[in-house]
Amino acid sequence: MPLLLPHTLALIALLPLFGFLLNGFFATALGGHRANERVASIVGCAFPIAAFALTIKAFLDLQAGGFTPIVEPLYRWALIGSSSFEIAFYFDRLSAIMTLVVTGVGSVIHIYSTGYMHADKSYGRFFAHLNLFLFFMLLLVLGRSLLVLFVGWEGVGLASYLLIGFWFDDLTNAKAGRKAFITNRIGDAGFLLGMFLLYRAFGTLDMDTINGAFLTGSEVAMIVPASLVGLLLFIGATGKSAQIPLYVWLPDAMAGPTPVSALIHAATMVTAGVYLTARMSGIYMMAPEASQVMAVVGVLTAFFAATVALVQTDIKKVLAYSTVSQLGFMFLALGVGAYGVAIFHVVTHAFFKACLFLGAGSVIHALGGEQDIRKMGGLRTKIPVTFWTFAIATAAIAGIPGLAGFFSKDEILWYAFASAKGGAPWLWGMAALTALMTAFYMFRLLWLTFMGASRMSHEVEHHVHESPISMTGVLMLLALLSAGGGYIAIPHFLEAQIPLPPIVESLEHYEHTLLIVSIVLAFAGLGLAVFMYGGPPSRAEAIKQGSLPVHRLLSGKYFVDELYDRAIVKPLVWFSDVVLLRGSDKLLDGSLNGLASLAQRSAGMLGRMQTGSLHLYALLVMVGIVGALLWSWRHV
Amino acid sequence: MDRVTLLLWLSGALFSLGLLGVIVRRNALVMLMCMELMLNGVNLSLVTFSQQRGDAAGAVLVFLVFVVATAEIALAIPIVLLLVRFKRSMDIDRYSDLKG
Repeated sequence: MPLLLPHTLALIALLPLFGFLLNGFFATALGGHRANERVASIVGCAFPIAAFALTIKAFLDLQAGGFTPIVEPLYRWALIGSSSFEIAFYFDRLSAIMTLVVTGVGSVIHIYSTGYMHADKSYGRFFAHLNLFLFFMLLLVLGRSLLVLFVGWEGVGLASYLLIGFWFDDLTNAKAGRKAFITNRIGDAGFLLGMFLLYRAFGTLDMDTINGAFLTGSEVAMIVPASLVGLLLFIGATGKSAQIPLYVWLPDAMAGPTPVSALIHAATMVTAGVYLTARMSGIYMMAPEASQVMAVVGVLTAFFAATVALVQTDIKKVLAYSTVSQLGFMFLALGVGAYGVAIFHVVTHAFFKACLFLGAGSVIHALGGEQDIRKMGGLRTKIPVTFWTFAIATAAIAGIPGLAGFFSKDEILWYAFASAKGGAPWLWGMAALTALMTAFYMFRLLWLTFMGASRMSHEVEHHVHESPISMTGVLMLLALLSAGGGYIAIPHFLEAQIPLPPIVESLEHYEHTLLIVSIVLAFAGLGLAVFMYGGPPSRAEAIKQGSLPVHRLLSGKYFVDELYDRAIVKPLVWFSDVVLLRGSDKLLDGSLNGLASLAQRSAGMLGRMQTGSLHLYALLVMVGIVGALLWSWRHV
Repeated sequence: MDRVTLLLWLSGALFSLGLLGVIVRRNALVMLMCMELMLNGVNLSLVTFSQQRGDAAGAVLVFLVFVVATAEIALAIPIVLLLVRFKRSMDIDRYSDLKG
């Protein structure tokens, strides 16, 4: 029905914006809280759900058209000389998947939030910001030009900042928001430079055009070094998608409300970097060096984040480091050329990580704000729905066979090992070790939270209650998707658009061996966690005491924050304070005062010539006249 | 020494005398009179040159100078009067309010 709705794609993006405007004006302090909680929830949820419905319709249209990309020009933004900047939307297999995930997972998290944020004093503001985030995220995934993508890219950064610092009364939350914002800006500088390079070479920022030019090897594409552009764009991606060295903001971003952590900092926004790379795969296919860097950074991020997650005691921090680690897996896949597989992992990760975060939110909700897993335990029978959904999602991320995470992670491992475009056994080894650690720390989390005896204080234990249906319903839906999401063959679906890398032939017969190894690793992680935390608490304590220096290093998160503080923040503060503030005081004030006193002193000296003696003046006039006469007599 | 040279020397002497008076005398009125002396020294030279060249323009110019000198004195005397009333003195050295 393209006749009825000529601007379906624009409408998908704009619907959440309407929600933002309505809630922003009527349900916040700005409009004097004219709309109550019920109205705010209906407005806040209806628009994302409508956007989801429209996305399904657009997807069906796409399918009916034989998956020819739908291009929908909306508006000419600017015309400078001969180059025009269009706001156009682009809908192909890749953006279809991303849009479905964003609107789908986004909608259910909105519904969940109606329960989680119930009775918060800024209820309307929360929904307004959440809708604003969806708008920018949809702009990001639907934009045809890099420019539109960039607007969305910055917009989600803004929304993320607003939502991390949602409870800004507490200074640490506000600081966490600021940290996220500033860290992202560093990455964005790289992204912008990459965009400038591309624009200089092609005179356009339309991503399909640029990709096509690189893939066909046109002469223009030869001018720009693909690796340089690839690396610059990757710097942008490391900021947004929390990779080494810019990952430090994501763990702190857990200061925001839990639905925000689920939606923005697990399921959607942080995968924007992965989407960008997959979208610009034409460049990366021509840039083996950039891809190599990406694979190495990805696997290192995955590995180190997983080691940190082993010892965290805050339920959300474990999940945060787990997210960083999983994003590392995605970049590993991108680095070895398996773009479709990375997107596959984005989708399954969106399901199970959203489920885990929302489950954690349900636990926190039940315990009245407690996040320390050392003060939990024994919740299995008290909040059974949360427990079962959390367990399914844990199994999914750990890679227990048959669940969603197993399929996507196993494909990543396989391509890391055998891809002809940069796969290497050591990449596989690191990734497999990370997978083992993932299984271990996730089951550790599950055990410490839900199993064993209760370590809660009596008062907290008394108040434990299962969450309302708006939350548990969403949990069940996401658990279902975590279990079954792996059967959607996304790499296969995307292969028509972004081909998978070829496999090194001599390694082909290893596939089943590796499969068995990863299954064994998943169960080994499970077994290890059960052995350590299923038994008496003294056992875990003994192991901790046995490896105290390592434990300290890990729970200190390798002291990266401290390192950045010493190496970057402190010198900057010093420079601003001493050189810029006090130095400029001296320089500016000093130069102005100097000029003034110079004028004063020279005036004093010149003033001395005014002796007040008329005779002297007359004499001087005379001397002057005589001098002039003498001179003219000599020279004329 | 012919007449022209003599008159020119006289003119120069008058001018120098006036100048000396302006420079050394401290009485404001005397200074004004000395200025008139300088003016008349110049007038004398003008008339002398006019005679020598047989051209009346120089003599006419002298009348113009007289007129201007009269007007100047008509302004200068009241100014001196005001100053004297202000300072109760004719001494020019006491008029040094604008000294730097």
